Formats: sequence, structure tokens, C-alpha cells
Amino acid sequence: MSGDNKRKILEAMQKSALSLAFFAFVSAIFVVGTHNLVQHRIATNDKMLLLKNINQIIPATRYDNNLVETQFLLKAQQSGLENDALVFLASKQGKPVTTIFEITTLRGYGVITLLIGINAKDQTLAGVRVVRHTETPGLGDKIEIKKSDWILGFDGKSLQNPSPSGWFVKKDGGVFDQFTGATITPRAVVNTVKSVLLYAKDHLHELNQQILEQLSEHSSKERTR
Amino acid sequence: MPETTETAETALDHIAIVEEPKISADYKKIMLDGLWNNNPGLIQLLGLCPLLAVTGNLINGLGLGLATLVTLTISNSAISATRRWVRKEIRIPFYVLVIASIVTMIEMLMHAITPELYGVLGIFVPLIVTNCVIIGRAEAFASKHELMPAAFDGFMMGLGFTLVLVTLGAMRELVGNGSLFADASVMFGDIAKNWTIQVFDHYQGLLLAILPPGAFIGMGFLIAIKNVIDKKIGK
Repeated sequence: MSGDNKRKILEAMQKSALSLAFFAFVSAIFVVGTHNLVQHRIATNDKMLLLKNINQIIPATRYDNNLVETQFLLKAQQSGLENDALVFLASKQGKPVTTIFEITTLRGYGVITLLIGINAKDQTLAGVRVVRHTETPGLGDKIEIKKSDWILGFDGKSLQNPSPSGWFVKKDGGVFDQFTGATITPRAVVNTVKSVLLYAKDHLHELNQQILEQLSEHSSKERTR
Repeated sequence: MPETTETAETALDHIAIVEEPKISADYKKIMLDGLWNNNPGLIQLLGLCPLLAVTGNLINGLGLGLATLVTLTISNSAISATRRWVRKEIRIPFYVLVIASIVTMIEMLMHAITPELYGVLGIFVPLIVTNCVIIGRAEAFASKHELMPAAFDGFMMGLGFTLVLVTLGAMRELVGNGSLFADASVMFGDIAKNWTIQVFDHYQGLLLAILPPGAFIGMGFLIAIKNVIDKKIGK
């Protein structure tokens, strides 16, 4: 009798396990199907969004290459920057015009991701934009171009203008405005831009060459294929 | 020996098939329950995490509300349609499986179709999985009803939830920013660029309303208002 019971339970368990496995399989098919259906569109969307953001810093008329293709991962260990950065190079007729760094900083209240464009010619800032952030709405979110034009204050600035000692918010003795009630957020942005400028001072040329080489290697591989 | 196996199996089949209580589908009751009497946001108080987190403005509330509505309708339908084959003892993992798959698919579709809205709500969409309303409706309603009433229940519960999200979002946006429909273009595209209504001009803004405490305070007011109305009706 008890053996019979045991068998019943065992059978019930097997049935349950099998049906659960079956439904898991069916669900997986649905998820994979959807993924295959939309992944191309998602990739295109992400590219468009990135381009849209980058084109706010450097208008599409100033370069003639496929920006998305130039994506280069700059490791934090290599650059000494706070985080790994994604670098894009805008070039015209093969000559570097502007290097765009996408870098994330944790020095604000939350996570701030910035696009920082540095001109190859004179290492001035082509512009800075906030791509993503989780700062306090109404206070720290004035770093967004939608909310305030504060971020435009970086246009044309460089380590000569102001000199490195001026690359702080006013409260820390620098030249950049903070917002009423919010110092940490603008400070994080100013510091991050400064750190990228400092890195670029010695390495921008080298980095641009590296990206161009990587590109030509890539395209020659494509050709041999 | 083969005979005993068969009897055992039939016995198990009897256990496995949950006896179906014959609840006739009363669509009017389902509708009133979802929208008012058993509103998931105000009465069941389920799904508070997304409810409180995204309602900083009206459009965000609407976006997450609609995503929840779609999820609820599909999950209720799927669970009702398969309820005969799902053994009672594995129903909870089964619900989790179904809901997680549906949410994943909706997340990918949103990413593809409305990338900007996805940018705003992206981190909250996966949270729909943890929204207790959905598993709650699966267990309390969909697993005991036919496909049509189950889908209708999901839709109405989703609508009730959306209305609460939208109302709370509107309240917080109005008090916090003095505007309504800000960022509508995120959801409706460029046509909606000038939909934003600045209700109070030169409004300084009340930060508290937009920050998390504002969500709790606003929610408290909404529940209180509902209770007052219910009392009036009761008289």
C-alpha cells in the first residue's frame, strides 16, 4: 500500500516536472521568436539615438564618416579615467575632426552618463551633453539640455580657457556655475569633463590614430572577404 | 499490474484537474471590480512599487499603466487558456514563467517601437514581473474562469490600475511642476511636442510632490477620496 502511494507521488512529480519543462520550452520559443523579430530594429533605434545625441555636439555636416562604426572601448585601466569610456571619432576625408567620449560618472547622486566632444584641432570642447542621469528632478536635472542651457557653458572651453585651476564649480573656487540647491551634480559633471580633457591633453592624437588604424584594419578585412 | 497503473492514473487525473467552480461570468461586475470596487491600486494595494516610482508625471504613469494593462490581459488569457493542463501543485511557478515571458516580450517590443518611452520606463518595465496584481489576478480569477471573462478581467484590472497611475501622475505633476502632459512627445511622437499645458504660469514648483514622499502623500489622498465617495454612495 505504502509502495503504491510512493509510486503515485513519484508519478505525480514526474508529470509536474515534465509539464513545467514543456511550458518553459514553449515560453522560451515565444521569447526567442520576439527577440529575433525585433532585435534588428532595436539595434537601429539605439544607433539612431546615439547619432541624434552626438549630432547635437557635432553637426552632421562637419564629418563624413560612419560614426557608429568607429566605436572604440577605452578601458579605465588604460586611460586612468573613472570608468570605461566608449569613444567615437568624427572625421572628414580621413582626418580626425572631433573625438566623442561617452563616459559614466558615479560622482553625482546617481549615475550620470555624458557625451563629451573634443575637437582634434585645438582640444577645445565641441560640446557636452547628458545622455542619462538619475539626479533629483527639479534640482540636479538642470544638467539636461531640455531643462536648462547650463550644459552649453562648456562649448568652446578647454584647459587653456579657463586654466586647470578654474575647472571647478564656483563654490570650489572655479568658474562654472552651480545651481541653487544643487552643487554635487554640476560638480560631478565639471570634474568628469575636466578629467577627460586632462586625458585628451596627452593622448588624444594617439587615440585618434588608434581608432583610424582599427577602422582601416576592419575595412581591409571586409574587402578580403 | 497494467490495470492498477491505470486506476492510479485516473485517480491522479482527478486530483490534477481542479474542480471548476461554475462562476458565471458577470461582465458588469468584472468591470466595476476592476475600475472601482476592487481596484488593484486603491483597494488591493498591489503593485505599489511601480505605482509610486513612476508617477512623477502623467505621461510616465500612462506609459507604465498601459504596459501593465497589456501584460495583465495577455497573462490572464494565457493562464485561463492553459488552466486545464496545469497541475495544481506547479501553478505558481507556471504563472511566474508565463508572466516573465510576456513581460520580456513587451519590453523588447517597447524597445523596438517606442525607444524614447523605453528610455524613460525601461528600468520599470521588468518590474512588472514583480507586480503582485498580475500573479494575484492569475490565481484569483484567470485560473477559475473561461478565456473571455479572464481576458476581460485582466483588461479591466489593468484599466483600473492605469487610471490610478494617471490620476496620481497628474496630481504630482500639477503640484510639483504646475503642468500637465509634459514630455508627451516621448510617447506620442513629434505631434505631441506642444501638448504640454502649463496650468500655473511662473510656478515655482513644489519638489516634494515629485520626490518619493509626494507619491505616498498623493496615494493617501486618493484612497481617502475614494473612501469618502464610497461612504456617500452607501448612505
